Amino acid sequence: MDLNTIWFILVTILFIGFFLLEGFDYGVGILMPFLSKDDNERRAVINTIGPHWDGNEVWMITAGGALFAAFPHVYATLFSGFYLALVLMLAALILRGLAFEYRSLRDDPVWRERWDWAIFGGSLVPALLWGVTVGNLMRGFAIDADMNYWGGLFPLLNIYSLLGGLVFVTLFAAHGANFLGLKLEGDLAERAKKFGFQAWIAATVLAVLFLIWTFFATDIMAQGFIFALLAAVALLAAGWYAKQGNDKLAFVMTSLTVVFTTIMVFAGLFPRILISSLDPAFTLNIYNASASPYALNVMTIVAAIFVPILLIYQIWAYKVFNGRIKADPEELIY
Amino acid sequence: MDSTILARWQFAIVTIYHFFYVPLTLGISIFVAIVETKYVKTGDEMYKKMAKFWGKIFLINFAIGVVTGIVQEFQFGMNWSEYSRFMGDIFGAPLAIEALLAFYMESTFIGLWVFGWGKLTKKQHLTSAWLVALGSNLSAIWILIANSFMQHPVGYTINPETGRVVMSNFAALVFNPNVLLQFPHVFTSGMSLAGFVVMAFSAWHLLRKHEVKFFLTSFRMAAMYALIGSVLVATIGHFQGQFLIEHQPLKMASAEALWETEQPAPLSMFVIVDEKNKTNIVDLGVPYMLSFLSYNNFTGEVEGINDLVAQAEAEYGPGDYLPPVTLNYWSFRTMVGAGSLMVLIALLGVYWGKKDNLVDKTLFLKATVYSVILPYLAVSTGWLLAETGRWPWIVFGLQKVEDAISPNVPAWNVAFSLILMLVIYTVFTIVAYKLAIKYGTGEIDQATH
Ligand code: HDD
Ligand code: HEM
Ligand code: HEM
Repeated sequence: MDLNTIWFILVTILFIGFFLLEGFDYGVGILMPFLSKDDNERRAVINTIGPHWDGNEVWMITAGGALFAAFPHVYATLFSGFYLALVLMLAALILRGLAFEYRSLRDDPVWRERWDWAIFGGSLVPALLWGVTVGNLMRGFAIDADMNYWGGLFPLLNIYSLLGGLVFVTLFAAHGANFLGLKLEGDLAERAKKFGFQAWIAATVLAVLFLIWTFFATDIMAQGFIFALLAAVALLAAGWYAKQGNDKLAFVMTSLTVVFTTIMVFAGLFPRILISSLDPAFTLNIYNASASPYALNVMTIVAAIFVPILLIYQIWAYKVFNGRIKADPEELIY
Repeated sequence: MDSTILARWQFAIVTIYHFFYVPLTLGISIFVAIVETKYVKTGDEMYKKMAKFWGKIFLINFAIGVVTGIVQEFQFGMNWSEYSRFMGDIFGAPLAIEALLAFYMESTFIGLWVFGWGKLTKKQHLTSAWLVALGSNLSAIWILIANSFMQHPVGYTINPETGRVVMSNFAALVFNPNVLLQFPHVFTSGMSLAGFVVMAFSAWHLLRKHEVKFFLTSFRMAAMYALIGSVLVATIGHFQGQFLIEHQPLKMASAEALWETEQPAPLSMFVIVDEKNKTNIVDLGVPYMLSFLSYNNFTGEVEGINDLVAQAEAEYGPGDYLPPVTLNYWSFRTMVGAGSLMVLIALLGVYWGKKDNLVDKTLFLKATVYSVILPYLAVSTGWLLAETGRWPWIVFGLQKVEDAISPNVPAWNVAFSLILMLVIYTVFTIVAYKLAIKYGTGEIDQATH
């Protein structure tokens, strides 16, 4: 296997980590206003991800950095091309990150309500926009011979990609609800699971539509079919376990759904990364978009050393905060 | 307005804002870890409260540092795509390493620090504090390695086919002589800035004779911390100036508003610059001093802007090579002036802090409260000098700013993001400032609960 392929796999892994962890994290944010009745409950919901959200978000930051390091043309084409979408997403992420840290620093109910909206919007918008982005990656967009996309925001907001966005939102909501089912107690946990089941129904319907459309409108299934199948099975199993009241396996299954969906996308793209809808010759792939072999070599050594280390301490952090959270102001931190 | 100018404004604004929070994170994370170490060593609860109290200020600042950092990570691809393509080999690597090595560490352990009181052992908790501090400062090293290449390119070749930069020597990139000065300068600027922030809040409480023991102890530690930081940042800055004379003489000449080559050269104290006619209307200086500061001897020749611009035209072809002289001149004066005052105030702080009647030195304490503005002025003007003095280069000698911009992002898109970011950053900076004031001037219990 050459270095370019290794880096394609590594980027895939970073996106898996990102969607898996930020997935429930965004889901929790999207559900927060609906399931909690009072401030303490809202705080309990926020505290489930309190120690983790920043570490989760770093998966996205690293995915961006790794694209820059390994496939600079992809970084340049994608981020300049999707400019306005990214601006909106960054604005949402700013609101969201601040909301977690600042919300409980003042007692004022108006203050807290404003931050609640920031958490909701700040989780919904990035989830939607990442779905839209993935949709466009799968179908390709108008990249020209100089690797630039000139079309602006509106061609990217096509129905296919928006459907992809809705799949992301509903799937993350279900995934987040399953996470909350593990982390909360009593009535609040029950409500989370109820919402989660509704989100699961929506996600399943939308995902089926999206997969069928994908089958006819793209060539992703040529290499991604088996993973699409695995994702579908995991999604169905998630619903089944949720119905059974098996919180742990329900969460495992939505996790697997996210993992397999991500693999499906990247396996379907390989060895391409950004498909040009104008001319296949303009497509960015792991060779024409990559950094030099020397730089890839250096980065491979760095990643081989540090990825295992960071996995160890991130998993340890989840272990430390294992256990359910009570809606008791004495114990809440955020 | 064209998109290049808008993108430059946007970069300058979001980056200066980001660097409003960064140095406090760099410095106060270490300060908090030191305080917590004292707690673990002595078992004195006061130090635990101190760690939590200053930790609160740290966290309020950290949050906004993080969210503005995300914008930094993405904006090179968004606004500077040609730069990203040209520099991908060099710039992407430190950025990715920064994330792998530093961001994961600081973000994970900050979670453990905040939520881990009572859940972790004292030692584990203390280790988290130090790992947060280490992570933050490691992130500074890697981003400055990236920035240093733009100031002083090393360890690369140019691919003759694509015209792009190719990494050829990673060790040279990491041990860029520019980094070896820039990182210590930034690190110690963080120390001094954090010291002044802690001193200012402590002085505020001491003026009101409120919780004197707690804030006197904080003040003493912070004054020493600020003194070490300020003396070092000024000393290293001097060597940076000497480095520039050799490697980016035009930046230094413009920071001195020295239009004509002079031997010996005077150190300018006050000028009114006439950029149109390339001369100074008013020019007051100390003879021989610039030669001395540049070369450690009183008669060295220091090249002036006009000669250097002519050399640049001869070397790189026709074009505009004149940096913004007025801006650089006053940026440099502001930084150095602030730095000198800081040394003085920190020295007085250490000296008077030793005595028990510090609370009666009301004039000094008031001055200390206001002096917190100085390091903030210095870090912003320092970056302004470092970045605008490189004009017209984005990567010194290799790529010009005008060639770095994303061709496919229309000006109205950039105008939109510029206004949106300006509004968001300004609003939340005010919010963060108010929160910091609320907790920094509030009861100890409020912050340490
Ligand atoms: C000298 C130090 C320094 C400099 C020049 C920069 N940063 Fe920064 N950055 C930090 C020092 C730092 C830090 C101390 O590590 C931060 C700042 C505040 C904070 O809380 O962490 C941080 C946060 C931070 C984050 C959020 C990390 C997280 O989620 O935990 C990102 C993505 C970046 N930065 C990226 C950048 C980029 C792309 C820069 C280049 C223009 C940049 N920073 C300049
Ligand atoms: C956090 C510390 C930094 C600060 C405060 C800072 C400050 C600035 C400022 C004020 C400008 C505006 C110059 C102008 O408009 O002429 C600028 C330009 C620029 N700097 Fe930095 N900078 C920082 C770090 C970096 C880093 C780490 C990089 C990347 C390696 C970088 C790359 C650039 C680029 C791409 C421009 C745009 C070109 C230009 O407008 O001149 N800067 N920076
Ligand atoms: C008092 C004497 C000081 C001197 C002689 C000095 C000198 C310099 C010089 C020459 C540069 C430009 C370096 C370059 O472009 O490569 C610089 C940059 C900078 N300075 Fe200072 N400085 C002083 C004090 C301070 C203080 C007190 C602070 C902050 C507390 C500070 C913060 C910065 C920052 C953040 C930069 C930009 C990063 C860099 O290029 O290192 N400086 N300084």
